[in-house]
Amino acid sequence: MKLTELFAKGKFVVTSEIGPPKGVNVQEMLEVADLLKGRVDAVNITDQQSSVMRLGSLASCHLLKERGIEPVFQITCRDRNRIALQSDLLSAYALGIENVLCLTGDYVALGDHPDAKPVFDLDSVSLLVAARRLQEGYDLAGKELRGKPDFCLGAVVTPGAEPLEPQIIKMEKKVRAGAQFFQTQAVYDPRRFEEFMGQVKHLKVPVMVGIVLLKSAGMARFMNKNVAGVHVPESLIEEMEEATDRRAKSIEIAARLIREMKDLCQGVHIMPIGWERLVPAVLDAAGL
Amino acid sequence: MLVSELKPLEEVLGYLDGERKIFLVGCKGCAEACQTGGEEQVLEMKEKLEGEGFEIAGWTVIDFLCEKALVKMKLGAHRSRVSSADSLLVMSCGIGVQAVAAVVEKVVHPACNTISVGGAQGEWPGSERCLQCGDCLLDWTGGICPLTACTKGLLNGPCGGSKDGKCEFEPEARDCGWYLIYERLKKLGRLDKWRNAPPLIKNYAKAQPPKSLRATTFWALEVEK
Repeated sequence: MKLTELFAKGKFVVTSEIGPPKGVNVQEMLEVADLLKGRVDAVNITDQQSSVMRLGSLASCHLLKERGIEPVFQITCRDRNRIALQSDLLSAYALGIENVLCLTGDYVALGDHPDAKPVFDLDSVSLLVAARRLQEGYDLAGKELRGKPDFCLGAVVTPGAEPLEPQIIKMEKKVRAGAQFFQTQAVYDPRRFEEFMGQVKHLKVPVMVGIVLLKSAGMARFMNKNVAGVHVPESLIEEMEEATDRRAKSIEIAARLIREMKDLCQGVHIMPIGWERLVPAVLDAAGL
Repeated sequence: MLVSELKPLEEVLGYLDGERKIFLVGCKGCAEACQTGGEEQVLEMKEKLEGEGFEIAGWTVIDFLCEKALVKMKLGAHRSRVSSADSLLVMSCGIGVQAVAAVVEKVVHPACNTISVGGAQGEWPGSERCLQCGDCLLDWTGGICPLTACTKGLLNGPCGGSKDGKCEFEPEARDCGWYLIYERLKKLGRLDKWRNAPPLIKNYAKAQPPKSLRATTFWALEVEK
């Protein structure tokens, strides 16, 4: 089932995300996936998130699909050239995977194989172009396909980027290249998000606000210092600091943010980063 | 030495679309040797552009365009003609185009592609870098090369790792190349160049040294020595 079908029905779409394990023990990943089943519309599987080598997104998406959980196949341009990217898109479709999130990918030096050769033959925009070309029955070289895929293509945007205009120009390019929905980088400032949504209204594309579960005040400060486009307001950091039960506080903050931004956008994408088991409680608290 | 070849005239005319008055810049170094940016080629270009209805605000051939301080001083001597022009067309390698773009507050277009020499490079004293990709895209990017200025070499815009104008990889040492491009284009009032550019997909086959170059004595550097 494509996410676009849900947006078309006017549903507030809910997704979450799972990072595959480093290794082949998939038990925990599948347990978490089962926990999310029925509570979210789809589950993103990250593609070697933060350039850390692990089990692949495509295989993990397939495992979820087998259990009746709708996956969103995250695919980055960091590790594969245009031949491998197009091939993996075809492979995904052959396995019944329809939702694809096209990303550029983190730089290799930020991960656990900093000595690897970065690829970036394509980027998020040209990857969308490639995916759409495949849907039209041709590859990037103009060669005709025997059987064409039919995807729901997504992309990402950072509403808190400073300056914001370059992000919006690139978002426009992604829409023109074929992006049908957007998931955002983590947002903690509803007012700023409202301004952002006002600036991208002309694109008429569904936006799912990104929520990263806060685990501690230290994590919030780390993100403020190191993660581009993420700003956790001081008031939230204080709340986390004073909390006796950090998990309960994290759920409360996430649910509050979702309630505050629900009417501004078309969906929410919850990134639990290790606290996947809390997602159902966040959804309960947010009334979703 | 950097090897360049002239872009097809139609491509250059595409860059100049909507402009009327052009200032031409050539280079007495590698570009003259390659017969792409010496005085003779600059005058030929002048004639071609005039034939297409453009006015040539002026022209100069500088030795060498990779010497940024020299470029700034030499163009200073043409200040009024340069400032009367809509843009500058630079007939040199990618370094020369970027050097000119860095010292004039004008739109700068490349007239040449810089051909890969497979790793052997000249020396230049500036911060600009040319990857010799064989398909110069400096026209869309305000005269700043995204292949070398962006850590990932992204062609269509910044990634999500740009923070306060710095690259999230080594923010203390690296600017975000796309932030520089954005600031340059904004200053020139030409953000449309980037905004309206079609999605760029690079032809990396052109980044290989061409067969014709491999067969020359220039390729066999030891012969020259």
